[in-house]
Amino acid sequence: MTVQQTRLCGLLLREHFGEVVEKVGTHLLRSGAQNLRTIVQETNLSVDLVKKCLCVLVQHGACLFTAGRKGPGSPTEYRACCDRILRVLRYPRYIYTAKTLYGDTGELIIEELLQRGHMTMSSTVKTVADRLTQNMEEGHSLDYNKVSSTFSKLVETHFLQRCPPVGAAGTSGSAAPAEAPATPAAPAAAVSTALPTPESFPDCYTVPQVTLVGRGKRQLVPEDGEDQRNAKRAKMTSETHGDEGIYWQVNFERFHQHFRDQAIISAVANKLDQTSSEIVRTILRMSEVTTSPTATCTKPLSANEIFRSLPASYNIPRQILDQYLTLLVDDPMEFVGKSGESGGGMFVVNLHRALANLARATLESIVQERFGSRSARIFRLLLRKRHLEQKQVEDFAMIPAKEAKDMLYSLLSHNLVQLQ
Amino acid sequence: MAGKGRGVAAFSFNIEALGIGRGSMPEARVGPSPLYPNTDFKPVPLKVGEDEDYMLALKQEMRGTMQRLPHNIKVQSNRAEVEKYTERYLKQSQMEDEGWTPDWNLFPKELKPRTKKPRTKGTKNKKTVKVSSKEAVDVLSKLDVLAKNDDGNAEKSDDEGEKKTGNEDEEIEEEEYEEEDLEEDNDYIESYFDNGEDFAADSDENMDGEATY
Repeated sequence: MTVQQTRLCGLLLREHFGEVVEKVGTHLLRSGAQNLRTIVQETNLSVDLVKKCLCVLVQHGACLFTAGRKGPGSPTEYRACCDRILRVLRYPRYIYTAKTLYGDTGELIIEELLQRGHMTMSSTVKTVADRLTQNMEEGHSLDYNKVSSTFSKLVETHFLQRCPPVGAAGTSGSAAPAEAPATPAAPAAAVSTALPTPESFPDCYTVPQVTLVGRGKRQLVPEDGEDQRNAKRAKMTSETHGDEGIYWQVNFERFHQHFRDQAIISAVANKLDQTSSEIVRTILRMSEVTTSPTATCTKPLSANEIFRSLPASYNIPRQILDQYLTLLVDDPMEFVGKSGESGGGMFVVNLHRALANLARATLESIVQERFGSRSARIFRLLLRKRHLEQKQVEDFAMIPAKEAKDMLYSLLSHNLVQLQ
Repeated sequence: MAGKGRGVAAFSFNIEALGIGRGSMPEARVGPSPLYPNTDFKPVPLKVGEDEDYMLALKQEMRGTMQRLPHNIKVQSNRAEVEKYTERYLKQSQMEDEGWTPDWNLFPKELKPRTKKPRTKGTKNKKTVKVSSKEAVDVLSKLDVLAKNDDGNAEKSDDEGEKKTGNEDEEIEEEEYEEEDLEEDNDYIESYFDNGEDFAADSDENMDGEATY
């Protein structure tokens, strides 16, 4: 964790949660895992304030707590996660993605969950319905069912996941998939540092049975203090909906997967044409929930399945689809690969290779924009051939000696190439 | 300086061994390098479009909303005893969203706020309530007898009550505030209470003691 990263996290915490939380958060980031008393002593804040700050940080997933290192009796230790705080920078992008995929309802659901950390399904649905009703015309209100169905769709496509229950915070992640979430923590002797991911619990993506009947309520403009007091009394009567204790959070990894897929699709559209990008989009969509985030390539899909799942607006005949697939496989960027012949050909999207190629193209374009196309030529040469002598550089790049030297030295001074 | 005047461009090492000829040296520098060197290639313009505008608007909106949520913990500054005019009207609109209690099943138990405080606050409440009710009875029974001290105390405790319900300060500050009031000297209250007869009587007494000029 670098100094600049810590500083950025501090600024983000201050913007969104206030200066007190910033103080506690930066202290945790700098000092690693600490227990409550040490934090109170070293930040010179009152115990109540520190407790509140830690609650806020845990609520948003920015801080994790584990049992102490010295055994079961020692106080709980808190550790802040720099990565999680840096995700705050991407919140607008997540919300906008949800809007493009699921409309205004999806956008508001994601926004509410991002602002509050984690919430139950019923409270999310109610808040979102109220907010949408506010913006509708007089006399109209939004039914809870519509919001619930959007919520379920978000869960099915894994954009939302359940928060992992706390009791199993001591078990190692690899053993968890077979266990039910209710098993007690592993023997205290093995205090493993690997916390289970939310995906290691089998109920991660099941929508609970929730009884939610009603419509969104429009918030009246308060005429005087009387209305406010009445509204407050009505809110005090809390209703239970059958999903107490089940909290949902936004699944950032799934959003990142979606961004990665978008990057690949737009690269294919730029390099080839719209139809090939639609084919790649179809393949990626079919394998979005079956592919793990770190997989090298997607699960193989047969050409028959791809043909059946193409969007209705693209009614291309079967031979054209086959030709497109062959074209994609032969492309030097290697986006799509062929892994077998059954079912008309089994095709995969090579995720790692596609991303590596995209990264290389980005670097080359940076050098081109900064130093000119001839320096970019030298840079590309060096990327392909790894080690070259000065003379070889001049020969392969077909650039006169003096200019080649100048360009090489300017690249060297910017640390883009290295001498050996 | 060896070589000065005779071979000005003599180097201390063998140039040919490095592969650099004499003629390929960069020009000698005159003076310090410029503060802003020229760039031949200007940077590519920033990506703008309606997507980016929408995301920027989302970001500003989110910053504003999150500062108003109860997650945003503000330092409790020592507020002046006189409430600011704006604060009174702002508070009424924010009264709904003030509290946020996390689900303690998911949080470590030690982060729960202590429950001792409400009890002490309750006893203090009863004390002041008793005091004010007692003094209200005194006032009713002693209406004809103008006891300055008791009346002053009743008014003072009424003020206190109002300020407590309207004020949402932390409990610590409230308790301090109450204590301050109860411990105040009674001299101040005497002159605060304005009763015609007593004023005249007081002023007569004082004038007896003071020297006339």
